[in-house]
Amino acid sequence: MTATARSAATASEPVVRLRGAGRSFGDNVVLHGIDLDIAPGEFVAVLGRSGCGKTTLLRLLAGLDRGMTGEMRTGREPAVVFQDPRLLPWRTALQNVALGLRDGDPKARATAALAEVGLAGRERAWPRQLSGGQRQRVALARALVREPDLLLLDEPFSALDALTRVSAQRLVRELWELHRPAVLFVTHDVEEALLLADRTLLIERGAIIHDERFDVPRPRRRDDPELVARRTDLLRRLGVDDAE
Amino acid sequence: MTALATPQPRAARRVRRPRRTTIVRWLSPLVILLLWQLASSSGVLDERTLASPLELARTAGDLIDSGQLQDAIGVSLRRALVGLLIGSVAAIVLGTIAGLSKLGDAVVDPPMQMVRTLPLFGLVPLFILWFGIGETPKVLLIALGVVIPLYLNLVAALRSIDPELIEVARTLRLTRWERARHIIIPGALPGALVGFRQSLGIAWLALIVAEQVNAGAGLGFMVNNARDVLRTDIIVVGLLCYAALGLLTDSIVRVLEKRALRWRDSELAA
Repeated sequence: MTATARSAATASEPVVRLRGAGRSFGDNVVLHGIDLDIAPGEFVAVLGRSGCGKTTLLRLLAGLDRGMTGEMRTGREPAVVFQDPRLLPWRTALQNVALGLRDGDPKARATAALAEVGLAGRERAWPRQLSGGQRQRVALARALVREPDLLLLDEPFSALDALTRVSAQRLVRELWELHRPAVLFVTHDVEEALLLADRTLLIERGAIIHDERFDVPRPRRRDDPELVARRTDLLRRLGVDDAE
Repeated sequence: MTALATPQPRAARRVRRPRRTTIVRWLSPLVILLLWQLASSSGVLDERTLASPLELARTAGDLIDSGQLQDAIGVSLRRALVGLLIGSVAAIVLGTIAGLSKLGDAVVDPPMQMVRTLPLFGLVPLFILWFGIGETPKVLLIALGVVIPLYLNLVAALRSIDPELIEVARTLRLTRWERARHIIIPGALPGALVGFRQSLGIAWLALIVAEQVNAGAGLGFMVNNARDVLRTDIIVVGLLCYAALGLLTDSIVRVLEKRALRWRDSELAA
């Protein structure tokens, strides 16, 4: 009943289309036989244990890894937020966001993007003067200011402390509702995936082993019984017993 | 909030503390100067061995009045700067080739490592035979001394640029020029400046050696002439000029460094 997402989601032209996609490093097959469509505005979480190939999938879609086999079409303007913020330490917050912007008024657009992530007034701060959470918000602004049709998030909250992480999750949801890019959200946190995503993929040993939709309206509560039940189920599928 | 407020008292203390130590720092050289003057005045120190500080000041005044000192400094400064310019341009070109491409590294780096092992001042006789005794051998000796530290530091700095930032440049679809301007140049700048300061030190050293050998003008010429007429006071004034010039150029670079690297030294709470 849950594996019908693929056919249901493709009402309009998909932003991402993968057919038989794979990636090997020498004899080591990291990804194989990946078929995946992501519809415009769809929020897809990718779950899996570390080393399962989920980050490789994201790097293929970001155009950072050109060794792919199979067929791929990806967003016109994919934007990436990495695990660490990767800001240029020698550029201010504003300059980091405006980096590579060419159309319109880059400064005004970057200022607006910083305000959207709650950093109005910190335009002239150097990255090292910002907290970890603030830096990650600058990275988010840098990705969104380009109005991407595909936003790739590579465990963007994993380096944040628990409290900062909660507010960062809320921010991502709000920004997604505002801009509606398609999102591929790589994480190893099942609860986080269910809080944010329309659809959850499980990857194991380089293949998609499970694909389910989750249609509870947002904002979602962590203690929502539906969410808790799904969480237990997904953890079981990942081979983790929730009983402890 | 509290985390943001804490650095302030520390910063305030930092401003006050140097003031006391600065006074102490000036005190010991002054005492030495005073003892030196006393030794000279009392006759313990022979004036022909080493002139007294007051005598040196008088000599410097005479040399300035006759225009000799300004001319000599002008000539020497020009030599040092031309050599520094040639050496720096060569180091930046070669360092960029070696630091940014593997093929370039394979071509450029081995000869540079060979040049590095050559004893710089051992080349003086060869340079005289090749280039005569005019300006060319002096400027080239300085340039050769300048190339090595700047080249080595620049190559190391370019290689240590964070590949993750290069990936960011790719995801943001930066052009080649934007990548150079926003990532490679600022990323390599701290290391390159360290190299440049070393090069500057060597430039002055090479100048002094080159001018000792044979020069028709400049500080070295003035010092050599003074030796022939046993004027230790002029020799010491010449040495002090070299020291002052070295100090001056180094502090200029330090100011530039501070400005270029302000992102690194800024207070955490701004």
